[in-house]
Amino acid sequence: MRILVIEDDPQTALYLRKGLEEGGYIVDWTADGRDGLFMAASERYDLIVADRMLPGTDGLSIIKMLRSQGIRTPILVLSALGQVDDRVRGLEAGADDYLVKPYAFSELIARVEALLRRGSATAPDTVLRVGDLEMNLLARTVTRGGRAIELKPREFRLLEYLMRHADQVVTRTMLLEAVWDYHFDPQTNVIDVHISRLRQKIDKGFGNALLHTVRGAGYSLRAAS
Amino acid sequence: MPLPKIFQTSTFRFSLVNLLVFGVSMIIPFAFVYSSTVGSIDTETNAAIGAEIRALSEDYERLGHQGLIDEITERANDPTDKDAIYLLADASLKPLAGNLSIWPSETAKNGQWVQFSIDKVGDEDDSAPDTVRAQIFKLPGNELLLIGRDIHERRLVQRRITVALGWALAITLGLGLTGGVLMSRYMLRRVDVITQTSRMIVDGALSRRVPVRGTGDEFDRLAENLNQMLDQIEHLMMSMRTVTDSIAHDLRSPLTHLKGRIELALRGAPDTQSYRQALESAVAETDRILAVFNSLIEMAKAESGVGRTELASLDLGAVAADVVDLYEPVAEERGLTMAASIDSGAVLLGNRQLLAQAIANLVDNAIKYTPSGGTISLSIESEPNFVRLTVGDNGPGVAPADRGRVLERFVRIGHDPAISGSGLGLSLVAAVARLHRATLELGDNNPGLRVTLVFPTAPSAFKPPELWRAEAEIKQKPAVKSAIANT
Repeated sequence: MRILVIEDDPQTALYLRKGLEEGGYIVDWTADGRDGLFMAASERYDLIVADRMLPGTDGLSIIKMLRSQGIRTPILVLSALGQVDDRVRGLEAGADDYLVKPYAFSELIARVEALLRRGSATAPDTVLRVGDLEMNLLARTVTRGGRAIELKPREFRLLEYLMRHADQVVTRTMLLEAVWDYHFDPQTNVIDVHISRLRQKIDKGFGNALLHTVRGAGYSLRAAS
Repeated sequence: MPLPKIFQTSTFRFSLVNLLVFGVSMIIPFAFVYSSTVGSIDTETNAAIGAEIRALSEDYERLGHQGLIDEITERANDPTDKDAIYLLADASLKPLAGNLSIWPSETAKNGQWVQFSIDKVGDEDDSAPDTVRAQIFKLPGNELLLIGRDIHERRLVQRRITVALGWALAITLGLGLTGGVLMSRYMLRRVDVITQTSRMIVDGALSRRVPVRGTGDEFDRLAENLNQMLDQIEHLMMSMRTVTDSIAHDLRSPLTHLKGRIELALRGAPDTQSYRQALESAVAETDRILAVFNSLIEMAKAESGVGRTELASLDLGAVAADVVDLYEPVAEERGLTMAASIDSGAVLLGNRQLLAQAIANLVDNAIKYTPSGGTISLSIESEPNFVRLTVGDNGPGVAPADRGRVLERFVRIGHDPAISGSGLGLSLVAAVARLHRATLELGDNNPGLRVTLVFPTAPSAFKPPELWRAEAEIKQKPAVKSAIANT
């Protein structure tokens, strides 16, 4: 997996490269927006991580140019601008995800993985499966090992997100954004409580647990290997 | 004031055009006056000469040659008509009778008009030659009759009228021009005052205002509007400054704390396990600082009122229902009952993220401070012109004296170390309330705290900016307790 990092601050870039390379990715780095545009257009990358504010050029205009050239590589925007409208502008420009600085590295890795997986997704699913857990998106039913599980609408959306990102680490912030559309961190760890409720419903009474807590990062839904 | 500047003003150009139109419309009646005075004098002279020629030629026919001479002599010596000129001459232009000593013209065609200068016989008042306008008439006996009028006086009158009309025109145009210059100068001076004020504001004197004369004219209205705009800008600048100052101040102590912790670890024994612990606690401390930082930024945004442009129509009931949905499991886990009563149609102009965060902060606080077995109540009441949001708990409540204070940043009441929090929760609620022009009231839930926010829904119910500003100013003075609650 090759990742292009467009980041003008060498310190941040070094931190990004180091972290991503440790995660097993091949990382190319450029500090210049124009070079980044050229590299993204001439070589195949699986993901682009771009800073929102670059010297000379705006990160968003680079994204727009890439998209206008038909380059569909997933783009994760890193930005110090955290207002909701800035986020909306970033996504409108063609970015796939928007992460506000400063961020935890585990958050970045989780989002990078989510984007890389999404790139390989094919036709829209009607049935999601993780181990013996099955979700029918049309009938809006969930079964595990053939046994029906009753879920409230919000729990259903929470599980759907986890199942779509099965085997990946999903952070609390990602869940708040995707399931509740909240772009702030509640003081209490409300997500933990929702997860533990969901865990009660999908894991209790079954031999192997599917919903795992990843310490210091978030959660992961995966079938026992 | 340099004169060229006046010429550049649009007021001057406008008054110049005005003057031109005015001048042209003055010339038309002047021309009429001219033609009906100066022009008619010539016509009258011609008519008088023509009448006399007819009378004399009749005399000639009736009385013959000698009769005409007598008549001419009599008329020429008439003291009542000194302006009349008569001359009868033979074919060789030799004078026979009349008050001219020589034939004044070289030609002598019948009916010809001539004009000449004479020193009239018996004319003693001035030495200057007089102008005579005359017509020549050929008598049947080849004698020539010249009858004219001394038009010197008439010419003088004509000249006087022309000069008078000319002066009148010049004075009119001069006054118009002066008026235009004075008017443009006056306008320019008032515009200059505005320009100078804005110049001073650009140079940093933010509290300068355009002087208002109190006449209520267009310039006053412009000045008032500009001043209102400047007030708004100054208020925004002030609140931004307050926020940046407090960010600098508020982040200094946790950062110092973090630095101390790291230094302590470095001074201790070089052992991986204790380093690891120190790093972990440093990360936790950094997270807390970031949380504070984010809250301050959110608050700054709500506080500045900049977000007002991003407000969209939304259902506060739906926003509240989402928050209840998010917190209900947490409340249940802590042995609390969550009672929500939400009216439908609580539509208002708002920012969903900020409103959700404000409600979340209130519910979060309620959950944190209410002992197990208590009830958290949340209600949305939709009234014709406003929406009332109430969050109540059965916790210790806030003493009336402290109610103004808890809205300030970093103020926590009770200091219960078991309850975590940055002390920013209610300040954010207050900032969000201000952004939405809602009133915020802390009351007694008997027992516990009841927080009530009243949002205006009808556009007319939105408070004018002045009131909103006043409210924000009160908030900046901590001495005024519960200022927001009372407004």
